[in-house]
Amino acid sequence: MSIWERISKVDRRIIYLLLSLVVIIPIVFRIPSTIAVSESAQMAYDAVDRLPAGTPIIFSTDFDPASMPELRPMMTAVLRHAFKKKLKVIMMGHWPTGIPLSTIILEEVAQEFKAEYGVDYINIGYRPGAGLVMIQMGREIRSVFDIDIQGNPLDSLPMMRQIHNYSDIGLIACFEAGAMGDIWVIYAWGRFGVNIIMGTTAVVTPDAYPYLAARQIEGLIGGMAGAAAYEKLVEHPDKAMIRMSSQAWAHILIIVFIIIGNIGYFMMRRAEKVKKRGTV
Amino acid sequence: MGQIIGVWIAAGLTLMIFSFLYKDNPFYKFAEHVYVGVSAAYTCFYTWDYFLMPKLINPLLQHHWLVIIPGIFGAMMLTRWFPKIAWVSRWPIAVSVGVASGLVVVQYMQGFVIPQIQNTLLPIAGPAVTFNNPITNLWNHPLNNLIIIVGTVTTIVYFYFSKKHKGFIGGTAKVGIIFIMVAFGASFGYTVMARISLLIGRIHFLINDWLLPFFRSLTH
Repeated sequence: MSIWERISKVDRRIIYLLLSLVVIIPIVFRIPSTIAVSESAQMAYDAVDRLPAGTPIIFSTDFDPASMPELRPMMTAVLRHAFKKKLKVIMMGHWPTGIPLSTIILEEVAQEFKAEYGVDYINIGYRPGAGLVMIQMGREIRSVFDIDIQGNPLDSLPMMRQIHNYSDIGLIACFEAGAMGDIWVIYAWGRFGVNIIMGTTAVVTPDAYPYLAARQIEGLIGGMAGAAAYEKLVEHPDKAMIRMSSQAWAHILIIVFIIIGNIGYFMMRRAEKVKKRGTV
Repeated sequence: MGQIIGVWIAAGLTLMIFSFLYKDNPFYKFAEHVYVGVSAAYTCFYTWDYFLMPKLINPLLQHHWLVIIPGIFGAMMLTRWFPKIAWVSRWPIAVSVGVASGLVVVQYMQGFVIPQIQNTLLPIAGPAVTFNNPITNLWNHPLNNLIIIVGTVTTIVYFYFSKKHKGFIGGTAKVGIIFIMVAFGASFGYTVMARISLLIGRIHFLINDWLLPFFRSLTH
């Protein structure tokens, strides 16, 4: 058996072990990595940065715990930026299992900036219906979210007294692990022209780029790399920047696997041809 | 104390799921079923607490009788559990499909198809109109528009099946395949990044939230 044949039959568990090692070692030894800010993340940052203090910004939680490693650092970084700019944060979501997560993230960051509930931020939670919820919000937010997550009527919260629909909202920052971002663009941007930035898991990112190219969204934060770039932009290194070193080494390993696999494939094909010629 | 118990349960369930990498086993199955069950319970709780209560039950208690109509339609959906009267559920389904179709057709054209077509109506030569950041001048290259136009046209030709892919159409379709392959490659690359991110997230949790605090508590 040639070396290439042996490599092609390598136990998949060895690959898992190698991959685990390249992920664990940079985390344990805190190996730093350089973060390049992508243009799409810069555009998202600029869209938030352009908003004057006091402008309401909607955060939409459209993910669940399975996507937390990518979207939590991203949402945290954008929230930090929003509170730093003294924007009025409205947290909501279309994925019920994401609401407890975004509530934790919001409370953590709000505490960091000593923001006051009802004055600087509110959490209106979840309503099912996605597209219909977005359309109703374009007319009157209270028609779908008449109370916040704690059961307070929206009118009882000082921050909400002047906020009724998208014309009072400066930006929507939606964090996507699925197709809800498309629905935000199609309904909220398409019908009401509201500005949107998207934070997406890496799987969703390629599908979101056409919206950025067509300027249907103002910026795009893609995957953990996007989250790390945003952390760099807000000058608050956190989880995403720490994890990017593991990400880079894992990518290098996968590229090496792909190269070895391809060389092996061509070598084995050549050996087979030579063998066939020999038998003829 | 509650947080420590929570971290240990989360770490245990993570290791149970990871055990599948070695081979399928009862621990993996247990963790998988727990995840499905907990997610379903969460969704039920949230739908009851954040939708049915404020949008149906509370308005009824306040004598807003109009909500009875959607309430009855919702209840009709439940007849699917009883085969003899399951046909009743077709009415609310028909309403949902009708409303959704009406909304989607108009909104999809307005919010997706037309803006995307507009974005391909670009001048062949000259700087790209989409990105202008000096950090990544590559985006601003004059060839970008040409690539977008050629990519869009040749990919559409690839999906044109009314004529045999021979001669000029065949050649154009082959160029389209190259663009499709590049798109698949980009998607695959991003998918790898996503999956590795999830692995990193879990390992980060196991090391920083579970193992390190545990060893620290042993040494103190």
